[in-house]
Amino acid sequence: MATSFLPPRHYLNEQYGITSWLLTRDHKRIALLFLSGVTFFFFIGGAFAVLIRLELATPVGDLVSDETYNKLFTMHGVAMVFFFLIPAIPSVLGNFLIPIMIGAKDLAFPKLNLTSWYIYMIGGLFTMYAIVTGGLDTGWTFYTPFSTVSSTTKVIPAALGIFITGFSSILTGLNFIVTIHRMRAPGMTWFRLPLFVWSHYATSLIMVLGTPVIAITILLVAAERVFRFGFFDPALGGDPVLFQHLFWFYSHPAVYIMVLPAMGVVSELVAAFCRKPVFGYTFVAFASLAIAVLGFLVWGHHMFVAGQSVYAALIFSILSFLVAIPSAVKVFNWTATMYKGSVAWETPMLYAIGFIGLFTIGGLTGLFLAAVGLNVHVTDTYFIVAHFHYIMVGGTIMGYLGGLHYWWPKISGRMYNEWLAKFSALVIFLGFNLTFFPQFIVGYLGMPRRYHAYPPEFQVLNVLSSAGASILGVGYLIPMAYLMWSLRYGRVAGSNPWGAVGLEWTTTSPPPTDNFATTPVVTWEAYDYQSTVDGQPSAAS
Amino acid sequence: MADVAHHPALAHQFDSLGQQTEAATLGMWVFLVTEVLFFGGLFLTYAVYRSFYPAAFSAASHELDILLGGINTAVLITSSLTMALAVHAAQLGQRRLLMIFLVVTMVLGTVFLGIKAVEYYHKFAEHHVPGATFQFEREHQRHAQIFFSLYFIMTGLHAIHMIIGIAVLLVMWIWAWRGRITSDYAGPIEISGLYWHFVDIVWIFLFPLLYLIGRHA
Amino acid sequence: MSAHIVPTRVYYAIFGILMICTALTVGIAFIDLGPFNVVAALTIAVFKATLVVLFFMHVKYSTRLTWAVVAGSVFWLGILLALTMGDYLTRPWRTYG
Repeated sequence: MATSFLPPRHYLNEQYGITSWLLTRDHKRIALLFLSGVTFFFFIGGAFAVLIRLELATPVGDLVSDETYNKLFTMHGVAMVFFFLIPAIPSVLGNFLIPIMIGAKDLAFPKLNLTSWYIYMIGGLFTMYAIVTGGLDTGWTFYTPFSTVSSTTKVIPAALGIFITGFSSILTGLNFIVTIHRMRAPGMTWFRLPLFVWSHYATSLIMVLGTPVIAITILLVAAERVFRFGFFDPALGGDPVLFQHLFWFYSHPAVYIMVLPAMGVVSELVAAFCRKPVFGYTFVAFASLAIAVLGFLVWGHHMFVAGQSVYAALIFSILSFLVAIPSAVKVFNWTATMYKGSVAWETPMLYAIGFIGLFTIGGLTGLFLAAVGLNVHVTDTYFIVAHFHYIMVGGTIMGYLGGLHYWWPKISGRMYNEWLAKFSALVIFLGFNLTFFPQFIVGYLGMPRRYHAYPPEFQVLNVLSSAGASILGVGYLIPMAYLMWSLRYGRVAGSNPWGAVGLEWTTTSPPPTDNFATTPVVTWEAYDYQSTVDGQPSAAS
Repeated sequence: MADVAHHPALAHQFDSLGQQTEAATLGMWVFLVTEVLFFGGLFLTYAVYRSFYPAAFSAASHELDILLGGINTAVLITSSLTMALAVHAAQLGQRRLLMIFLVVTMVLGTVFLGIKAVEYYHKFAEHHVPGATFQFEREHQRHAQIFFSLYFIMTGLHAIHMIIGIAVLLVMWIWAWRGRITSDYAGPIEISGLYWHFVDIVWIFLFPLLYLIGRHA
Repeated sequence: MSAHIVPTRVYYAIFGILMICTALTVGIAFIDLGPFNVVAALTIAVFKATLVVLFFMHVKYSTRLTWAVVAGSVFWLGILLALTMGDYLTRPWRTYG
């Protein structure tokens, strides 16, 4: 039965003290450990973004030198991609929710989960060392031979930091795969799983298959810098394009690691706030797998101007068009879910539709880029920058914030201030579009990326973009404040404040350490709003 | 939920030892997938450079000791046999036999590493270690250095995995000695075996690709 | 993968075949087959690896999930190799020295 009180004992107060956190095996506590880590790196990446937008408010390179600017965009990228976007949803929301959503007591390998966090933090430490002792200027893409031969910055510690943190991703993916295969509660069949679980399963496949390749590649970059092997250095007989093949084999699927979990969140939000099952559940589930598979076949679209063969470019271009299809299926199905749904415009739903709109724009511009002819024209311009920020910020971060708000009552037992939350969502949406839409225009007009100065005719659009960035920054700070405030003073949420269907809503908020008082036995379909009451089947035990 | 008397090795998140062993086995297989892709990047690099510089690779490959490489291959295959026999003994609850086969496997692994060390020493003495001291016939010097870089990285990474494997088997031997491994809890030995066989498979590919290029010349 | 206990004679037989294959691959290396030396060497290596996977690693007696995992890893490595070599083999220009 739904409750409306704070349980006397739950995972947060079962044990106190720093060692109970640093040596925990509880997936929920580990999720919060990751939350602190990814939030820290979000601020680091954000700080670099502020400096970038400050510099670009004027056409002259007057704030920092060009070499310093190279470091700013590099470290913005490294911090955001490897230490925020890739781990955020899986290691925070995925860790917290997957065992609960499948009716298990914990992940398959709790100690490995904790190890995953320590590995993330150690990798982060190496990278912070690189940042504070002079930084990195190779771009987050580490293209050779600049990164292996000419760059005089902290390439080796940064490369090692990324290498180490990659294993955090690998182990999380491994843990999720085994958990989802082997630890579902009685009656929780594959096609009764929440779509959030399907997305994370697909994401985990990518993590496990792709991350090892960038691990060996970045290790070779560090080794080449030390030993001058010559794998990627033309002066020694090596090939820089080989580096790019190896790098993008992971880094393209990596963008699906970043967006698939957000799509999983959106599926949950749309179902809950339309009080309907997601339209075409099976199609959405298989679309997640299709994105994971097809995502591995398109990496050459980052290399159209790198010197790869015309035939390779052709194949990668066609496959890049194909990979848009399963994403489109999801967008159509979410929209169809809303049709004749009982829509409630709570904050998580605002983030969900924000995702759907902005991801669609980002995805469509991706289709433009899949066409080799257009791609060649806009490569290394701000068009590309705008494209991927629409997906990663307009997509992933919206999904992350939507999920954080939706499951906040479950995680903390408290509700946040709804008016402030809606206000922040609006500020973020407006700030985001003001920041990045002008970048599509200015990029198409020819402004190159990774330059700290630009022709004066682009200034107006850049000023708009920088203004948007400051609004966006404020928009991100407000939730931090009211979420922290709610921990102490927020209204008590109860087990199911949204009246949603899902195993996580059948247990208390916050949940007990073992997640459930008794192991659930599942006899209802996913999102069964018809025959369930308050998240419980109406013929509930 | 009735608290049935359960096996001491059963972790609290699992309902049964069978579920736990299945999960651990799947976990090890997924880990081996990551290892395939990890070494895979190096195999790709090898394939690319061998296709670029076949003559240099052939000349460089001739400088590797085919006898030592062949012996090492035989050593590793034998160690896979003894590992499989160790698993067999564990499944039948034959503690002493299990411990013997684990020791033999570890010894064979150590022999492999010893022979590798000898080979590395030879390469050092012949100035085939990439870097400032590298010397090779002028015609192939640049590209032979790439071969030797691949040789050291691939066999070096393989050797690191062997060392880890031997350490894992040592832990398994201690568990066996302490009676933790029984016929209904043989999972850890099976899973360690999976890792060991994988390391053997990597060598099965490394040997012909590194040692046997153009030997007919 | 619960205890299907493989009789030891199977292990010894596989061991024997693996040793023979090793001798074979060394022997063939000394015969000039032109481009087919690589094919022969890799074919024997794949055969040996398959024996280890099926019998020593018990995949022959394992669930379909295990088969799928093994096949998937090989297939994914194949994607990396095929699409990258596909680039190199279809261009007339070099990006290396």
